[in-house]
Amino acid sequence: MQFMLLFSRQGKLRLQKWYTAHPDKTKKKITRELVTTILTRKPKMCSFLEWRDLKVVYKRYASLYFCCAIEQTDNELLTLEIIHRYVELLDKYFGSVCELDIIFNFEKAYFILDELLLGGEVQETSKKTVLKAIAAQDLLQEDEQVEQGIQD
Amino acid sequence: MDIQQTILSGVNRITQSMQSPMRLRDLIRQIRAARTAADERAVVQKECAYIRSTFREDDSLWRCRNVAKLLYIHMLGYPAHFGQLECLKLIASPRFTDKRIGYLGAMLLLDERQDVHLLVTNSLKNDLNSPTQFVVGLALCTLASICSPEMSRDLAGEVERILKTSSNPYVKKKAALAAFRIIRRVPELMEMFIPATRSLLSEKNHGILITAIVLVHEMCERSPDTLSYFRKSVPQLVRILKNLILSGYSPEHDVCGVSDPFLQVKILRLLRLLGRNDVECSEAMNDILAQVATNTETAKNVGNAILYEAVLTIMDIKSESGLRVLGVNILGRFLLNTDKNIRYVALTTLYRTVQADYQAVQRHKNTIVDCLKDPDVSIRRRALDLCFALINSQNIEFMTRELLVFLATAEPEFAQSCSCNLFLAAEAYAPTKRWHVETMIKALTLAGNHVNDDIVGSLIQLLSACQENSLYAFAVRRLWWEMSRIDPPSEVSAYQPLCQVACWTIGEFGDLLLQSAENMELGEGLKDFQPVKESDVIGFFEQWLLFNTQLNVATRSYALLSMEKLSVRFSQESTNRIKCAIDSLSSSVHIELQQRASEFAALFSRHDTLRPALLERMPPMEVKTLIKAQPPQAQEGLVGNHKQVEITTANLNNNGDGVGVDNLLDLLVGGDDVIDMPPRATQVPQAATDNKIISNSNNNTGDALFDLLGDLAGIDSLSTPVPPSSAPVAFLGDSLIISDDTQNPKNSISALVNSATPKSSTAPMQTIPAMDVDGLHITMDYPQKVPVGQQVTFVVHMKNVGGVSISDVLFQVAVPKSFQLEMLPPSGNTLQPNLGRIEQIVKVSPPASQTKLRMRLRLSYTKGEEKTVQQGEVNAFPGLW
Repeated sequence: MQFMLLFSRQGKLRLQKWYTAHPDKTKKKITRELVTTILTRKPKMCSFLEWRDLKVVYKRYASLYFCCAIEQTDNELLTLEIIHRYVELLDKYFGSVCELDIIFNFEKAYFILDELLLGGEVQETSKKTVLKAIAAQDLLQEDEQVEQGIQD
Repeated sequence: MDIQQTILSGVNRITQSMQSPMRLRDLIRQIRAARTAADERAVVQKECAYIRSTFREDDSLWRCRNVAKLLYIHMLGYPAHFGQLECLKLIASPRFTDKRIGYLGAMLLLDERQDVHLLVTNSLKNDLNSPTQFVVGLALCTLASICSPEMSRDLAGEVERILKTSSNPYVKKKAALAAFRIIRRVPELMEMFIPATRSLLSEKNHGILITAIVLVHEMCERSPDTLSYFRKSVPQLVRILKNLILSGYSPEHDVCGVSDPFLQVKILRLLRLLGRNDVECSEAMNDILAQVATNTETAKNVGNAILYEAVLTIMDIKSESGLRVLGVNILGRFLLNTDKNIRYVALTTLYRTVQADYQAVQRHKNTIVDCLKDPDVSIRRRALDLCFALINSQNIEFMTRELLVFLATAEPEFAQSCSCNLFLAAEAYAPTKRWHVETMIKALTLAGNHVNDDIVGSLIQLLSACQENSLYAFAVRRLWWEMSRIDPPSEVSAYQPLCQVACWTIGEFGDLLLQSAENMELGEGLKDFQPVKESDVIGFFEQWLLFNTQLNVATRSYALLSMEKLSVRFSQESTNRIKCAIDSLSSSVHIELQQRASEFAALFSRHDTLRPALLERMPPMEVKTLIKAQPPQAQEGLVGNHKQVEITTANLNNNGDGVGVDNLLDLLVGGDDVIDMPPRATQVPQAATDNKIISNSNNNTGDALFDLLGDLAGIDSLSTPVPPSSAPVAFLGDSLIISDDTQNPKNSISALVNSATPKSSTAPMQTIPAMDVDGLHITMDYPQKVPVGQQVTFVVHMKNVGGVSISDVLFQVAVPKSFQLEMLPPSGNTLQPNLGRIEQIVKVSPPASQTKLRMRLRLSYTKGEEKTVQQGEVNAFPGLW
């Protein structure tokens, strides 16, 4: 996978994860173009898009679009499953997740993604393991806060 | 009072600095509450200013919170690079919260281009040795996401150590993927990971297995040795896959009743790589593939994802024929699936397997053709590719019919590739010449202006070469019919390729157009073809083609030439009308039309006796196919091979010799280029820069462009320094000049001069030498300072330093396609002896991306009685952009 973007129906970026290096300007340009292209597609159309030399897989969940750019040899259908797995994880973590959860806790969304994917590849296929790792890390953070008496 | 105030303000300052900064969620709320973009900007700018100031004060207490806010601001698209160093500070902090945000920030704000990498590398090294698994995990994750080649080299050892010694699956799986990224960045580092990787495959944990398989795949792709090493693991992989399928329900890895599809797909993908071109391995995986293909549940997307991967593997390895049939049948079922995604995948896969199982894919032809009508552009594109892959001599007529229907409504982006591919397919499989011609005319009509230039040339060539009068008659009628039926006729500008071909054909075979249409089959739609009158044709040309400023000059030139030719095919009355039209065009604002019209007018007056002979039908052209893409040759030069450079000429290649046909056709040659030449400075010791000028006197205009290639090939083979000789001495700035005035450019190089540049140091213009041959001294001036991306205006000075008058001077420039070129008319076309001058303005606009400007120059002129063409190149423009 080359990158993953989450954006709203209004085209606002909610999360971006790049697994290949690009200058900031290029990232913005790619994001802008992809967001407009995907938003103009009709709901009945397929989830795949050939855009420049990339294969783009996207899926809409409620008001959020999840969009992944994958390599030519990657499995498009499985990428849909990866997106779905990520949504399930978010849902479990936040408890029926909505866009606002991701806006206000964007860092958590990143942490969860980083436990599911690493370097653009799936690292863990068990939902339970991912959530356990996140919970343990959150606990570690909380302990520190109690120690230092800082509320964040 | 003073003291009191001082104390108060002091207290204020202290309380202010103790005040905690705005919380992340408060900032997000504030930003979301902003009603306008300007409001939002104001909030963000205020907060950014505040964050910057805390960074300056090195406030470590709230650093974490501030960086988190900055990351949110960054996501909104505001600059946040000033947070990079703060992220590094957070990473170095002992607190886990700090590290977590710090690494997140590093992944978002740094990429492998940043030079702060050395600092990150040290922190990563420390954290990779941390006793806390989550700290190690963060470090591995960051490494995998931003590793640069240097970082990879520095930290590969650490990753390998974790992979080998750690017993913790959480860390191990991350290390495997970090190794995968490292190998991708620096393939040489692969060797060290191989032993540790092999043992990973015997692990039970799915996280370790899937990451290990990805790592193995990457290694095998990079080296054939590793590939054959891991072939030994095929039985092991087969066993893992078998366990996945046969083991019962395991809640941890189940997805809609399928056991760990992620792992299954990765195993299938690796098996594909291992089994490719290896009979033994392929046999070992035959059974399991059959099992996957038959037992996988297809009701849900997951199952289809696995099937899709399995089919790809079946098609790619040396599998048994029964299994292949099974594979294609699965794809056939996919093609009929109601889910668009599955259909898309089916089309993609069929396209990939069409070479291997041509007949099997053919069976699904009709379904595939139906997909051309799908409203979804992704599906149409796949179907189109597949349709062209399926065309053969049996189905060409059926497929072409369908594709023409598609072309009629296709968007521009499809029209071009579709028309181009149709031409290629028709060329390869046309059942009859007549069908071929008819199909191409139809495609040309439907595609409008979305046709590659070379198609016009090749269609003309095809027509010319067919040498059958009945076919000529058919083509000329059909083309006239298509062109005259454009509705409204003012729309001709949207059908210029068609008009060009029609003009050429009518010009050549205008007499056949007038013959009675009896006993001639004109094909569908042409039944009601009305007899054509001379006045209709001339009227159409006059009204819509010759003087239509919406047409490009090339199309109008075709029309002009066509009219000239018709003057000897039509009656005297019409000829007079043609003469009038051509006369009035000789005052056209387009210099090339004007010049050509004047020459044609001269044919009517001074050389009227020669006219009939000059304007006879062209001899049939030799057919060169687009498929073979041979290099174009001088006399016909119709097949321009479309590489990335286009010769942009402002003038038609007119040398004043009145042979219009060849010149017009020369224009079409266009495509060849020598821009990618490696600099040859090393071979010629004196050469200081890569400015090269190769000139070559050659009377054949068409040849010259392509001889340039030959010249260079010739120079290539020279390994000894070339002695300077007496022939044309050039005074040129650090340029290498190779002048050659014999007919055989390969063997003789007569001059090699290297001298100082006559640079005017005070003027704001920069002067560079462009060409210096045969007593002609050409330089170019351009402004010393041109803003990046701005158009630059070159002033070309041509000076005759010899003692003989030079006439018919025509200077042409070609630039890489990405540049835009505009040439203004020269100040004259004759150079008097002893310092006669011509000036010409050339404007070049660069593309958005930074590309080096190169120019190819061509100069034709008449000196004494002899016509000469010279070529040159300028590859360096010091100080420009």
